[in-house]
Amino acid sequence: MSEALHYHFDVDGASFANAGRASVETKKLLRQLGVSPEIIRSISVAMYEGEINMVIHAHGGDADVYITEDTIIIILKDVGPGIRNVEEAMKEGFSTAPENIRALGFGAGMGLPNMKRYSDEMHIDTKVGVGTTIELWYHLNK
Amino acid sequence: MAKYTHSVAIDPEKCTGCTTCLRRCPVEAIRIRDEKAVINANQCIDCGECIRVCKHNAKHASYDKLSDLDFSKYLIALPAPSLFGQFNHLDEADFVIQGLLDMGFSDVYEVAKAAEYVTDLTRIYMAGENVARPVISSACPVVVRLIKLRFPTLCDQLVPILPPYELAGKLARERALEEHPELKPEDIKTVFISPCPAKVSWAKSVMEGQTVHVDYVTSMNDVYMTLLDKMKGSVPGPDSAPEAGSVGLRWATTSGEAASLMNEGYLTADGIDNVIKVLDDLESGMLGDIGFVELNACSPGCVGGVLAPSNGYVARLRLQSLQKTVVVKPNNLEDIESLERFKGEIPSDYTEAEAFTYMPDGAPNMFKMMLAMKKAEALAEKLPNKDCGACGSPTCRAFALDVVNGEAKIEDCKVRSELQG
Repeated sequence: MSEALHYHFDVDGASFANAGRASVETKKLLRQLGVSPEIIRSISVAMYEGEINMVIHAHGGDADVYITEDTIIIILKDVGPGIRNVEEAMKEGFSTAPENIRALGFGAGMGLPNMKRYSDEMHIDTKVGVGTTIELWYHLNK
Repeated sequence: MAKYTHSVAIDPEKCTGCTTCLRRCPVEAIRIRDEKAVINANQCIDCGECIRVCKHNAKHASYDKLSDLDFSKYLIALPAPSLFGQFNHLDEADFVIQGLLDMGFSDVYEVAKAAEYVTDLTRIYMAGENVARPVISSACPVVVRLIKLRFPTLCDQLVPILPPYELAGKLARERALEEHPELKPEDIKTVFISPCPAKVSWAKSVMEGQTVHVDYVTSMNDVYMTLLDKMKGSVPGPDSAPEAGSVGLRWATTSGEAASLMNEGYLTADGIDNVIKVLDDLESGMLGDIGFVELNACSPGCVGGVLAPSNGYVARLRLQSLQKTVVVKPNNLEDIESLERFKGEIPSDYTEAEAFTYMPDGAPNMFKMMLAMKKAEALAEKLPNKDCGACGSPTCRAFALDVVNGEAKIEDCKVRSELQG
């Protein structure tokens, strides 16, 4: 991916207030590039969900955005607890978020399902106790 | 893209090329070139922040001067609701209206009255089928322009009804023609008394494609002293009774518009940076179920506009007392005809002529832009990343892209050249 335009963002795990910053910055960059509004919208929704997941479950992590002429790939990587059962986590409404997080209005169990809905491809690589890497793919010339 | 006429201008005599406005512009539309600030017209949203923060009075809004008005015509004053918050110890709105008549205006049509119609119409609009939620207020022209330039997916959530000042112009003109059949349409001129430069731009710009019902836009600051003089000697007559109620007056301050809808949950925010944050959050879909969103570029609402003479918070306080002296919403009580007129239907001439659409600043060639941004990224890594603004660009990243695009030279970076001796 050496030809790709690459941006890196640290997702700060200490604060909910900062969650979403990487997706807002990414949105600005994509708009500057002239990416279509529909794709920008999908990316900002999916990436925001990913950032929130990293803050809730994994004390933050790294967000990397790779842009080529025909594909945008977002890689969200954390060294959190990993996802025990991916199939279950993909079900709408399934959540392992603690009560205090839900009280904030997060952890409704829509994170992963929304990320899948708002991406062309989603790849999850996770290992319990090691961490999770999620790739979101967008094809620009559909 | 048609030309957008901005109302914020720079006085090169007074501009010292300091970086205050550069760093405070919320959309990074300002650069300092040859020691003077320059505004990129494609990106400027007319929020007036640069006017507010300039220490040298080098930024000003252009508007129609009171002295340019031809009082031999049938001039109708359209006072913004915020005007009524500009006076100390004002017991009744009548004094302001009489003062305007004494200045020589043939009629006064309160924008607050039109705002009450907009409230009615927004309720009808929101009760319609398949209306995307949350519905976003289109009353603040800065917010409308910001959404059109930067938030493409929110465009169809803007209320498609004319903003109060524009509707006021339309209704005022219709009333004049009805009451004075002898007048020719070209003899009737509507004069909006504005608290903000964005409304000047709105009325002066043909880009939007609307029929413009406001002929002149004056600054509240400019009208203020003359009006105050007249008010001192004015005795309110029968024509000076306010036609708007507290619902209309509350539009001058944040939440006034949203609260008057009295239906679904609403969110309100003011101050341009807060507005941008809310729009970003809305676009990410993270704010949950909200029926209506009211956003104002100025805090605490239009009373905080840069063309309003009083401190906006003091003006809000005064308006709160004044609201107690008027009925809630006169058009409910007296203007039954207008209510009938709106029964379940929004007349097409009360709505925006064209749908709100995304207008990206330029149409970038993605491949070219990618190459430029790649070069800029590589360059940005070598820059000090202090975002000091001394080069004339708001951030090191913006500077890097300006250099790649040939709009700035690498030598402009003062910090870097110092580091290199």
